[in-house]
Amino acid sequence: MVEKTTPALEFWQRLNRNRLSTVGLLMLGLIFALCLITPWLPLPDPDVTDLANRLKTPLTSNHWLGTDELGRDLLSRLLWGTRVSLVVGFVATLAAALVGSLIGLVAGYFQGWIDSGLMRGVDTLMAFPYMLLALAIVAAFGPGLLNALFAIAIVNVPFFARTVRGATISLVQQEFVLAARIGGASHFGVLGRELLPNILPVIVVTISTTAGWMILETAGLSFLGLGAQPPTADLGSMLGEGRKLLFTAPHVSTLPGLVILILVISLNLLGDGVRDVLDPRLRGGALRSPQPRTEVLSTELSSSQVRSTGKLVVRNLTTELLQQGQAKPLLRNVDFELRPGECLGLVGESGCGKSVTALSLAALAASPPLQITSGTVELDGEDILRLPLRLLQDIRGKRVSYIFQDPLATLNPVLTIGEQLIQVIRRHQSLTSKASCAEALSLLSKVRIPSPETRMKAYPHQLSGGMRQRVCIAIALANRPEVLIADEPTTALDVTIQAEVLSLLNDLRQTTLENSQTVQRTGLSVLFITHDLGVVSTICEKVAVMYAGQIVEFGETQSILESPEHPYTQALLACTLRLGANHKVLGGIPGTPPPPGGYPSGCGFNTRCNSATSICQEPVNLIQLPSGRQVRCVLKQDANA
Amino acid sequence: MLRYTIHRLLLTIPVLVGISVVVFLIMALIPGDPATAILGAFATPENTTKLRAELGLDRPLIEQYFTWASNLLSGNFGRSYALNRPVLDELLERLGPTLLLAGSAMCVCVLLGLISGLLAAVKQYTWVDQGLTLFTLIGISAPAFWLGLMAVSLFTVQLGWLPASGMYTPYGDESLGDLLVHLVMPAITLGLVASSVIARLTRTSMLEQLRQDYVRTARAKGERETAAVIKHAFRNALVGLIPVLGLQAGFVLGGAVYIETVFQWPGIGRMLVNAISTRDILLVQGGVMIVATIYVLFNLLADLIQHALDPRIQQSHG
Repeated sequence: MVEKTTPALEFWQRLNRNRLSTVGLLMLGLIFALCLITPWLPLPDPDVTDLANRLKTPLTSNHWLGTDELGRDLLSRLLWGTRVSLVVGFVATLAAALVGSLIGLVAGYFQGWIDSGLMRGVDTLMAFPYMLLALAIVAAFGPGLLNALFAIAIVNVPFFARTVRGATISLVQQEFVLAARIGGASHFGVLGRELLPNILPVIVVTISTTAGWMILETAGLSFLGLGAQPPTADLGSMLGEGRKLLFTAPHVSTLPGLVILILVISLNLLGDGVRDVLDPRLRGGALRSPQPRTEVLSTELSSSQVRSTGKLVVRNLTTELLQQGQAKPLLRNVDFELRPGECLGLVGESGCGKSVTALSLAALAASPPLQITSGTVELDGEDILRLPLRLLQDIRGKRVSYIFQDPLATLNPVLTIGEQLIQVIRRHQSLTSKASCAEALSLLSKVRIPSPETRMKAYPHQLSGGMRQRVCIAIALANRPEVLIADEPTTALDVTIQAEVLSLLNDLRQTTLENSQTVQRTGLSVLFITHDLGVVSTICEKVAVMYAGQIVEFGETQSILESPEHPYTQALLACTLRLGANHKVLGGIPGTPPPPGGYPSGCGFNTRCNSATSICQEPVNLIQLPSGRQVRCVLKQDANA
Repeated sequence: MLRYTIHRLLLTIPVLVGISVVVFLIMALIPGDPATAILGAFATPENTTKLRAELGLDRPLIEQYFTWASNLLSGNFGRSYALNRPVLDELLERLGPTLLLAGSAMCVCVLLGLISGLLAAVKQYTWVDQGLTLFTLIGISAPAFWLGLMAVSLFTVQLGWLPASGMYTPYGDESLGDLLVHLVMPAITLGLVASSVIARLTRTSMLEQLRQDYVRTARAKGERETAAVIKHAFRNALVGLIPVLGLQAGFVLGGAVYIETVFQWPGIGRMLVNAISTRDILLVQGGVMIVATIYVLFNLLADLIQHALDPRIQQSHG
């Protein structure tokens, strides 16, 4: 037999992966089954009174759950009552779903005056507290189970109408719907064949998340005596009757409530599961949120055997992505050092580990899913990865600071520029609020922001991209850091703005260099991450080229740009447009960088390298060339040997 | 801000008009004749005709609406047949207790909902989170009136700590302490149930905010974790949660109907239930109108607060 995976089967499989919703489903199935077989169970008639046996407590003989004030068997009444509650709840849900979805579909599809007319009505109904609207409807039609059902259904119509309208509007603009309309399909055909199947998941999600509410609401109306009327009893009305006996026989009211609770809990558990499967966007934070610092696994001590003059020395840094129980390396033994006052460019294609390197340096890489499995990052000889969090926080933003790529996302949208700038100043310097305000102003003018006084009160969205990035630079420089890590600071900006921001960064670096000689402090060291070799040539003294989580070439900028040694560097340079060069041979590198976990064995570049041979399958180390250049390529080793 | 406030205030007028139309229509479209319904057993053809003329039921619907609405505006809500007193007097008398109950429940709801949602998000997937998740699951699944009854059977019947019903001890001194003792159980029950939704949404929203880049920036600035979570993530989450809190006021006002019934609280909710069973239509109309208006005002307040908290909306409204 061949196993076929239909969408329905896949739905059940995914739903069952959520253990809680499986529990909900089982509980609900059990309740359904019990309700179905109730008429055939050996139970007393739920409506037969037996005054001799009134108010028996649970577990008395013949009455498992006791009797009520008329001596009626509670178990039997509960089962029959659950049948009523279930039927009313589900009919109300389906009715609301049907009418509401129809309104939503029509409003979203036709739009214009039909939409505004329908939605104005819907909005007016939503302006009521909805229990109140239900009461008003019952007041008009009179108490009774059917009227309660009506009321609950009507009250929930707006909810369906709004949700479905929203989904319809986003679908109507999509190509397949447009195509059907241009193709001459009738309105009815488009609605039925194109829209409805795509809206159905939305409707199912809404049903599954509201069914519980509907049961609670009908029970509520019955509890108030406005729903089921004797002799019909649902769970709500049983609870209402039992209320008077709370002091003498609490079980008469406790039990129906408990049944409602169990019923609604199972509906909600199932509903959450259905929602997660059908509408993953709404999934309530299934991913774990990043912790204050990247998790560092090994406890290795500082590699004190090699004394270095570097400001920031990175040794053996290995960062892994933990996904579905599998650890996939993103960085593999990254080694480099940043000298005082030096600007080091870190280049490579997207996905080769540049940003992860940058973030790992101050343990800012999102963890989970990332973790640092080995290696050290030494700032003036002290390993900062393994510092206690509070000490690490004292270093972040003061001695080591960051500029990120997208200045809109990285600034807090609801705080003013001034607030965000002053925050970082006061966090690391004990200044009065007045002094820190003056400091913030001078920083803003230092990054060439015109009229800083008014900008202080501006919010990020009120500034242009270039201005925002200047603010980020001001924040990064606020506490005169020793190391600045700039992660593609110009990528998200327009080309002209890019040039301005670059020259600003370069100037700021030069001034700190000059200051450093007078103040006798080491100058600002910069790690500049970019995929743009042109940018590197303007501001970096040294370059590290990264590929597949490894540094494949390291050396002076000028010499690397003139005579790249590693095949990858050569390929990268070949892609770069040079002024005055012949444009014809501007080609990309064939293929794409390997995905995390899919790094080839041996040299990471061997799958895309033109000169690769069988020897490239062997692991290869960074080789020091006589010129001082470091290259990770077997071919160079041979040439060297 | 002032301009927006005025703009927003003006916008509530059509909403209130819409509400009044719905309230009027529901009552006007009652199957059968309200006059017969009011008169009940005393309905003779002459009586009915007389009452119909008295109530203006013989005139066109639209005219009836305008008469009714202009009466409302001048504070004339009509006369309650069952209570034999002006509807407005009855409403004003019961408004205070309802506002007190709903207001305290809202405080419980906001405090408890936000704090437990925040805690659950920060302690994601720990026993704190799982405990709170179970708690809120029960909160959204349990009937509020049943929880009220269970509270009474625990705190009144078993422990004898709190009074089961009413707003004051009968024939007591009606002191503030007495009021508070009576308020504790209904307010906490109602607030607890309402807080569950808020807690769930706060958790989800916080988890989403904690993943945002600006939180990473805060950490890169060296902010202490509490500051990164509260000043940055929570501040942003709050902006999205304020309108939900406004909507939750509707849940609280609706839930007050049950809670007032369970705890015999002398508010509008209990009055409505009684008025429905006695078919006291003018009283129902007035009660629904008042509570819906309070709800609209709650939402107005939520909008204004959100407007003050979110600089991004301020710009789009100019």
